[in-house]
Amino acid sequence: MTARRSWIRYHEVRLRGFLPDGWTFGALVVAVLVMLPLMVVVVQALLSPAPEVWQHLWRTRLPDMLANTVVLLVGVGSGALLLGTGLAWLVTAYRFPGQRVFSWALVLPLAIPAYVLAYVFMVIFDTAGPVQYLLRLWLEGNVSLPPIRSRGGAILVMVLALYPYVYLLARAAFHEHATGTFHVARVLGASRTEAFFRVVLPMARPSLVAGLSLVLMEVLTEVGAVRFLNVPTLSDGIFRLWYDMVNREAAIRLAGLLLLFTFGGLVLERGLRGPRSYMQHTAVGYGIPQVPLSGMRKWAATLLCVLVLGAAFVLPVIQLLWWTGQTLGQQEIGLLLPIYWRYVRNTWFLATLAAVSAVGLAILLAYGVRLSRTSLTPLLARSVALGYAVPGAVLGLGVLLTLSWVDHRLNVVSRAVMGVSLGLLLTGSFVGLTYAYVVRFMAVAYGGVEASLEKVSAAMEDAARSLGSTRGRVLLDVHLPLIRAGTVTAALMVFVDVVKELPVTLMLRPFGYETLALWVWQEVSESLWENASFPALVIVITGLIPVIITNRLAHIGKISRNNADRRG
Amino acid sequence: MQALLGIRILPVVAAVVLVILAACAPVTPVITPETTGPTGEEAAEAMTGEDAAVVYIYSSRHYGQMEAAFVEFSRETGIEVRFSFGKDAALRERLKAEGEFTPADVLFTVDGGNLWLAAQEGLLQPVASPVLQKNIPEAWRDPNNRWFAFSLRVRTIAYNPERVTPDELSTYEALADPRWEGRLCMRPSTNVYTQSLVASLIHQYGYEKAREIVAGWARNTKEFIDSDTRILETIAAGGCDVGIANHYYLARLVVKNPDFPVKLFWANQVGEGPEGRGVHANFSGAGITRYARNVESARRLLEWLSTSRGMALFAAGNFEYPVNPEVEVHEILKPWGNFKVDTTPVEIYSELQDDAIRLMDEVGYQ
Amino acid sequence: MRGMSVRKELPIQARRTSVPGDGSWAAAMKEQSPALAVEGVTKCYNGVVAVKGLTFTVQPGELMVLVGPSGCGKTTVLRLIAGLEHPDEGRVILAGQCVSEGKSVVPPEHRRVSLMFQDYALFPHLTVAENVAFGLKRWPRARREERVREMLEMVSLSHLATRYPHELSGGEQQRVALARALAPNPRLLLLDEPFSNLDITLRVQMREEIRDLLKALHITALFVTHDQEEALFMGDRLAVLHRGRLEQIGPPEEIYHRPATRFVATFFGPTSFIRATVTPNGLHTELGFLPQRMSASVGSEVDVLIRPDDVELVPDEKGTARVVKRRFLGMHHLYDVLLPSGRTLSGMSRHVHAYPVGMRVRVVLRPGHELRWFPVDGK
Repeated sequence: MTARRSWIRYHEVRLRGFLPDGWTFGALVVAVLVMLPLMVVVVQALLSPAPEVWQHLWRTRLPDMLANTVVLLVGVGSGALLLGTGLAWLVTAYRFPGQRVFSWALVLPLAIPAYVLAYVFMVIFDTAGPVQYLLRLWLEGNVSLPPIRSRGGAILVMVLALYPYVYLLARAAFHEHATGTFHVARVLGASRTEAFFRVVLPMARPSLVAGLSLVLMEVLTEVGAVRFLNVPTLSDGIFRLWYDMVNREAAIRLAGLLLLFTFGGLVLERGLRGPRSYMQHTAVGYGIPQVPLSGMRKWAATLLCVLVLGAAFVLPVIQLLWWTGQTLGQQEIGLLLPIYWRYVRNTWFLATLAAVSAVGLAILLAYGVRLSRTSLTPLLARSVALGYAVPGAVLGLGVLLTLSWVDHRLNVVSRAVMGVSLGLLLTGSFVGLTYAYVVRFMAVAYGGVEASLEKVSAAMEDAARSLGSTRGRVLLDVHLPLIRAGTVTAALMVFVDVVKELPVTLMLRPFGYETLALWVWQEVSESLWENASFPALVIVITGLIPVIITNRLAHIGKISRNNADRRG
Repeated sequence: MQALLGIRILPVVAAVVLVILAACAPVTPVITPETTGPTGEEAAEAMTGEDAAVVYIYSSRHYGQMEAAFVEFSRETGIEVRFSFGKDAALRERLKAEGEFTPADVLFTVDGGNLWLAAQEGLLQPVASPVLQKNIPEAWRDPNNRWFAFSLRVRTIAYNPERVTPDELSTYEALADPRWEGRLCMRPSTNVYTQSLVASLIHQYGYEKAREIVAGWARNTKEFIDSDTRILETIAAGGCDVGIANHYYLARLVVKNPDFPVKLFWANQVGEGPEGRGVHANFSGAGITRYARNVESARRLLEWLSTSRGMALFAAGNFEYPVNPEVEVHEILKPWGNFKVDTTPVEIYSELQDDAIRLMDEVGYQ
Repeated sequence: MRGMSVRKELPIQARRTSVPGDGSWAAAMKEQSPALAVEGVTKCYNGVVAVKGLTFTVQPGELMVLVGPSGCGKTTVLRLIAGLEHPDEGRVILAGQCVSEGKSVVPPEHRRVSLMFQDYALFPHLTVAENVAFGLKRWPRARREERVREMLEMVSLSHLATRYPHELSGGEQQRVALARALAPNPRLLLLDEPFSNLDITLRVQMREEIRDLLKALHITALFVTHDQEEALFMGDRLAVLHRGRLEQIGPPEEIYHRPATRFVATFFGPTSFIRATVTPNGLHTELGFLPQRMSASVGSEVDVLIRPDDVELVPDEKGTARVVKRRFLGMHHLYDVLLPSGRTLSGMSRHVHAYPVGMRVRVVLRPGHELRWFPVDGK
C-alpha cells in the first residue's frame, strides 16, 4: 500500500520535472504585466510611422515643449545636484549652529510635492502677490522681481522641491565614507576641500548619480508645476492633446518621444554611475571627521540652511496653514466637511489598494526570482523598475491603451455569448487605476521587499525545506515573518507616493472619483488657492511619513553601528 | 506541493478580486439636499429607475461643491439630485461608453461646443416642452430641442481705471494697437478660453487678418498668466493695465473686496460688421441623455431652471448672466450694465480650435 | 559550557519512532541497500564543472566525511543529496529510493534528509522549541511536544526552550540546530562545515560531543569540511574531493598512511617527497636504504612520501643537511631542512629542542611502517 504510494509520488514528481516551475511562471507573469503598458506605447508610438501627425505636432507646440523640457532637465538637474551635494557636505563635514537639526530637517521638503510648492510660490511671488506688493509699498518705485511664471521660476521651484533626493543619498554616502581614505588623502597632502573633490566626491558618484536620476525622473513626469508656472513640457503636452484637444494620435506620438527621453536618460545614468566597485559595500564608515566653522562662515552656513529650509518647507507650510484656516472659517463648512472627508477616504482607499497590490506582487516576483534558475527572471525583475522612470503621462496612456484593448475584446466576447455589451469594465475603474499605480511604483515595492529578502540567508530556506516544508510554506512560515518590517515600510512608501501622484491619477481616475491630488489640481485650475490648501496640507502631512521613517532608519542604523563598534 | 499552495492561495485571490469588484461598483459622489453622505446602495437604487423622485446628473460645473439652485429645486419639488463631476470631454466619452446602461439623466456642460457635440453624437434626446420653448430665447437652444442654455459666461476686457479710461478701449482687435505695448496681461495659448477667442477672430476676419491681430497681442503682452483671477489681481496690483478675462472671476473678487480696483469693459459693442458683433460669450447648458431613466424628473429640472426664479438662482451661483434677458441678474452684476452678445454658434469655435492653436504658435503667442 | 548527556536508551527509542508514511517497502529496502548511494553524479554551473562523475555510498549508521579544499565541490554534493540542486547526470539513491535522476527529482521536503549549516540557519522569529518543532508539522500534537522535549533534553537545552536564537551562545545555537535537524528522524543528516563559526576550543569540544551523539543514536551522516584534522577525527570513512572529482575514499588511517594520490598526500599535513631508486630489496634514497617490498620495476626512480614524524633530526656538525626554516607549533617544532640534493624536507623535534636556522643536522629515516611512493611523473 505505502510502497504503491511512494511509487506514485515518485512518478508524479518525475512528471512535474518537465513542467515550468510555478514560481518562475508567476514571476514571469507579474513582470510581463508590469512591462505591458510600456510595450504598448513603444509599439503604438514608435513602430507605426505617421508623418502627418508628426508634422502637425512640429507645427504647433512641439519645439517649444521640447525646449522647455530640455531646459528644465538641465536647470533642475544641475541645481538640485549642486544644492543637494553642497548641503550634504556642509552638514556632514562641518559644525555650525543648528547643524544637527538641519541635518535631518533639510529632508523635510521631500514631503511637499512640486505642484503644491509651485502654486504656493506663484501666489506669493508673482506681480499680484504679497511680496511684490510689499516691495512696491516700501520702495515706492516700479520694482518688480523676475517673473515666477517662467523657466527660471519653474527651475527654482523644482530645485527646492527635489534637491532632497540628492541630499539624502549624498548625505548617506558621505556618512558611510570610510574615514581611512579621507585621512590617507589628508596625510598625502590634500586640504579638506581638495580631499572632498578628489576622494570623497568621486567615491560618492554612484549615489549622486542615483539621486540626480530620481530628480530628472520627477522633472519628466511633472505636470502640475509646469502647468501652474506656464512652462509647457512634453508631459504637459500629452495631457492637453489627450484631454483638451482629444487628439489621441498626437498624444501617443508625444508619449513615444518622451519615452525616448527616458531610455536615453537611463543609458546615460548607467554610464555616469561609473564602475560599481566604487560602492563601499563593506565600508566600516564612521563618516568624515567634523570641524567647527568659525566667525562669519559659521553664521553664513546657518543662514544658507535657514534660507533653503524656509523657502522649501516653512514658507509653503505656513501659507497652506493660513489658507486652510480661512477655508475652515467659511459659513458652509459644516456642509463641506463630509465631502472633504470623503475625498480623504477615497485617497486612502486607493493608496491602500495600490500599496497592498504592489507589495503583494513584489513579494511574488522577488520570491520567484530568488527560486528561479533561469537567467531570464533577474533581467525581468530589473526591467519592472522601468515603470518608475517612465513619466506618469506616458504610463497612464499605456495603461489606457492596454485596458481599452482588453475591454473591447471582452465586449466582443460578451456580445457574442450573451448579446449584451459590458461597457468599459477596466478602463476608468479602480482596476485600471490600481494597475497603473502598481506599474508605476513596482520599483519602490520591489526594492523594499528584495532588500529585506536578501537578508534572509539561503541556508535558512534550505533548512526549512529539508525539514519538510514546501516552497510555498517556506514563504509563509519563514520569509514573510522575517521580512515583515521591510514589507510594511515598502507598502508605506507606495502609499505615500500614490497619495502625491498626479498625472496617472488624472488620466485614469474612476469617473467622478475625487482624490486629494485631483482636488488640489481642480481648485488651483480654478484659481481657488484657499480651497486647494486643505488637501495640499493633508498630502504634505502624509508625505512626512516616509521622511520620518527614513530619518529613523538612519538613526537606527547609527545605533546598531555604534553597538557593533562596542562589541567589536 | 504547488497544488497545495494553490488551494491556500485561492481564497486570498478570491477575496482580493471581490474587494476590487466591490470597489468598482459606482461610488460616484452624490449630492443630495438632505444628506451629503452617499452610499453605493443609494446609487444602485438610483439606477433601478423605479424611484421617479431622483435625477442623476453628469456635470462639468465645478464651482465649489454645491450649487444653491439644485438644493432649492430639491426642496421645492422633493426630487433628489445626484451628481457626478467630470470634464466636458470626459463626460461625453463616458456617455458614449456606457450607452444604454448610463445612470445619467442629464448632461450639464460649461462649454456650448461640447453640448453641441454631444447632440451631434446622438447622446441627447429631444425634449418637447412648451415651458422651455417659451423661457429660453431661440439663439440659446438647439433647433431640435436637444439642449438648452441657461446662463452666459462673458469673456471681455478688464482694465485698471487709474491708468486707463474706458474711451481708450473699444474692441478685442484694438488691443493689438502698439500703444498697448507692455501693458497687456493675457492667458497663454494653451488655455481653451484663449483658443476660443482666437477662433472667433478667425471666423470673423479670416486667418490672415486674425494672425495680424494676435501677433499684435503677443507683442503687447507683458505677462502670460494661466489664471483669470490672477490676471485681474495683477491688473489691480499695477502689474499691467489691461487684460482679457471672464466676467465672473471679477465678480468673485468684488464679492470679497467691494473696492477691488478693476473694471470691465464690454468689447465690440458699437460699429458695423465684426466690430460690433458683441462680447465673446460661452454658455452653461444641459440636455436630457438619450437613455435617461428619469425623463420626467429631468424635464422638470430643466423647466424649473428656465423659470425666472430657477434661472436667477442658477446663474447667480457663479455670477453668470441668465440667457433670458427678463430674468434678474445678481446684485454684483447690476452696476455693470447691459451689453450685446456675439451670438455666433459656439460649435464653430470647436471646429476652428486647431487653426487657432497653429495661428498662435506661428506668431509666437506663448 | 554544559556537556551533552547521551541517554543510552535513546538510540532504540529513536529508531522505534519512525515517521508516518515511511512504508514497510522502503524499510525493507533499507536493510539491504546502503543508506545513500551517489552514482556518477555530475553538476555544472554555467559551464564550469562543480562535480564530475562522483560515485560513493554511505552505509546505515556510518559517519562519512566529505573533505577537500574550498571550491572542491563538497557543498554542491550536499545540496544535490538534499535536493536543493538537480544533478546534470547520474543518480542519487536514498535507502533504495531513487530521488534524483535526470529531470525527475523528489523535492527536498519529501526526502527526509536533514541539513545543518555553518551559520546554523535558525529561524530568528521562532523560539528554540518552535525551531525544533518546525519539521514536525504533520505529527500529532502530543507526540510533537513529546519529541521536542526529548530532543531538547538530548542536547541539554530544556531550560532554554522559550528563548529566541539571538539570546543563545554559539554553542547553544549549534545544539538547537542539531536538535532541529534530528527531530523529524531523518534518513540522513547532512552537516555543512557546522563548526567553522566556533572558536577553536569550543570547536574541539563540539566535535566530540556531536560525534558521540551521532554514534550513540546510530545516525547516518554525511559531514562536509575543509579541515583535515576535523575530517580525520570525525569520519568513519573519508571521501577526499579535489576539483569536483573523488580522489580517494576510505577510513582515516588508510587515507593518511596510504594516500592514493599526491594530492591526498599533501592535503593531510606537511609532506615531503624524496627521489629513490628501486632495488630488489627496497628503496635507495639519499637518506639511506629503506627495506620495503616494491611492485615497481627494479632500477626505476620513484618519489617517496615522507611525513615529518617519519624522520628524526639529529644535531651533527658533520651532518649533510641544514636547517633553513623553523616554526614553533607549541607541542613541537617543524623544520624545513635542505638536503644535499637541493630538495627540502619537513621534519620535527619535540618542543624542548629548538634547532636554530643554519644548524647542521643528520636526517635519520625511521618510519616504522612501509612508505608510500609514487611514480616520478605520475600523480
